[in-house]
Amino acid sequence: MAGPERPPPPRDSVEWEGRSLLKALVKKSALRGEQVHVLGCEVSEEEFREGFDSNINSRLVYHDLFRDPLSWSKPGKALPGGPLEALRALDKRTVSGPATIALDSLSWLLHHLPCPTLCQTLHALSRQDSCPGDTPPGEQVRVLGLLHEELHGPGPLGALSSLAQTEVTLSGMMGQASAQILCRRPRQRPTHQTQWFSILPDFSLELQAEPPLESQPRSDPHTPSVDPTTHLTFNLHLSKKEREAKDSLTLPFQFSSEKQQALLRPGLGQATSHIFYEPDAYDDLDQEDPDDDLDV
Amino acid sequence: MSVQGKLTLLCDAKTDGSFLVHHFLSFYLKANCKVCLVALIQSFSHYNIVGQKLGVSLTAARERGQLVVLEGLKSGVDVFFRPREEPHPLQFLREANAGDLQPLYAFVRDALQPVDSGEAAWRCPVLLVDDLSVLLSLGVGPVAVLDFVHYCRATVCQEWKGNVVCLVHDSGDTEDEESDVLLNGLSHQSHLILRAEGLATGFCKDVHGQLRILWRRPLQPTTHRDRSLTYQYKIQDKSVSFFAKGMSPAVL
Repeated sequence: MAGPERPPPPRDSVEWEGRSLLKALVKKSALRGEQVHVLGCEVSEEEFREGFDSNINSRLVYHDLFRDPLSWSKPGKALPGGPLEALRALDKRTVSGPATIALDSLSWLLHHLPCPTLCQTLHALSRQDSCPGDTPPGEQVRVLGLLHEELHGPGPLGALSSLAQTEVTLSGMMGQASAQILCRRPRQRPTHQTQWFSILPDFSLELQAEPPLESQPRSDPHTPSVDPTTHLTFNLHLSKKEREAKDSLTLPFQFSSEKQQALLRPGLGQATSHIFYEPDAYDDLDQEDPDDDLDV
Repeated sequence: MSVQGKLTLLCDAKTDGSFLVHHFLSFYLKANCKVCLVALIQSFSHYNIVGQKLGVSLTAARERGQLVVLEGLKSGVDVFFRPREEPHPLQFLREANAGDLQPLYAFVRDALQPVDSGEAAWRCPVLLVDDLSVLLSLGVGPVAVLDFVHYCRATVCQEWKGNVVCLVHDSGDTEDEESDVLLNGLSHQSHLILRAEGLATGFCKDVHGQLRILWRRPLQPTTHRDRSLTYQYKIQDKSVSFFAKGMSPAVL
């Protein structure tokens, strides 16, 4: 993925977690020789570093906001100034060389800082104030932020989205993870892309082709799907002829133009109906009209 | 004990998941762990009675110092009769705006702090909370509850390699934003989620519900790992029987 200057928040959900992807991106940056600063709010340093080899761990600086973010511990283990100062301090640390800042997570920061303050600080962090010409390419700062989508309303989500040059939303199908990537470049139309991927145990990112369409989503691979109409004692299927006959049937209450014509001109080409009657011995056939003697 | 340093989230939707709390309580007591039970829903005697059916005596455990219980129903009233200066774990009940749960965290920390001197060595410390959703009803904000669990996780799980088990309710279709933020936030923090759900078709005499087990934050990210399992269950007097979906003895 191309390196943007503005923060791309990988958005995850409970079912498709994003920390593995964040770690994979951190690993990529470290392998490029960049220094990586991680502001860790949700997991311990030990847990975040797990799975990385010593080469990557040596390039990773972990700013621990996990152990005591709100200064509740008696001998204070907190970073001075609390979460906001810790975030602002990252700006001052990344003066030399290209660097990546990973925020784990933006959701935690959003819960503990006012949204406008957070957005302003992120804006300053990604150096948008300086013109692109001033900052030499080697000193660009890439900011990655992990955001848990379900924890926030549309307002804060929208505000953070507007800051981001790239948005990666995680989902998946049948155990296979996918990323919806929305890329916004200045003066260009936003581009949308879906990328299937998997993350290996050493946090290398492996891009994959789309899984075949024949596989049904959300079907349990262990149980074969059963056709419920197979062992019935009555017939639910229609043969081709039956289906054609059924389709060509006009329903009695549908008033089509043919029907209208037929009603307006009765008797033309219409078969008249006959009644066949065979009288038996006891019938009294009287041809007179029984109403004749009525004096009306 | 293979599982240590983990946060297990118990969640129930359209059913009562408290049987899971009783299970974990008796499980950890039998495993010789030091247990702190934050009981906000039921009285101590209720847990004791159920515990006896499951083979543990909570009274005995409390007497020998293995079990520390915060009885919310009783001590919630104490808050109002104590002088203001004395900190109380449920102090937030007295505040105009509920604030944070630092006093409650301090109570847990003091209860489970490993002691070096003389005492019989218990295995890892365990925190059980029944339940977190009631804190929302008592006026605590969801972020404050998440912060409390965060600190418990940092201290009990990370520092002392113990376990934390919390029960929370899923409000389901009712659009309770705070409850959703709490449930989703906790889910993101958890290593293991046990979700007890009522059956979609309604109440059944022989199958009381189904249990979904979801592993989150696997240590090794893999794509082919079976991340969730579903079982159905029936609660009996002294145990719970589990079976695969559709395989209840009553319907076979």
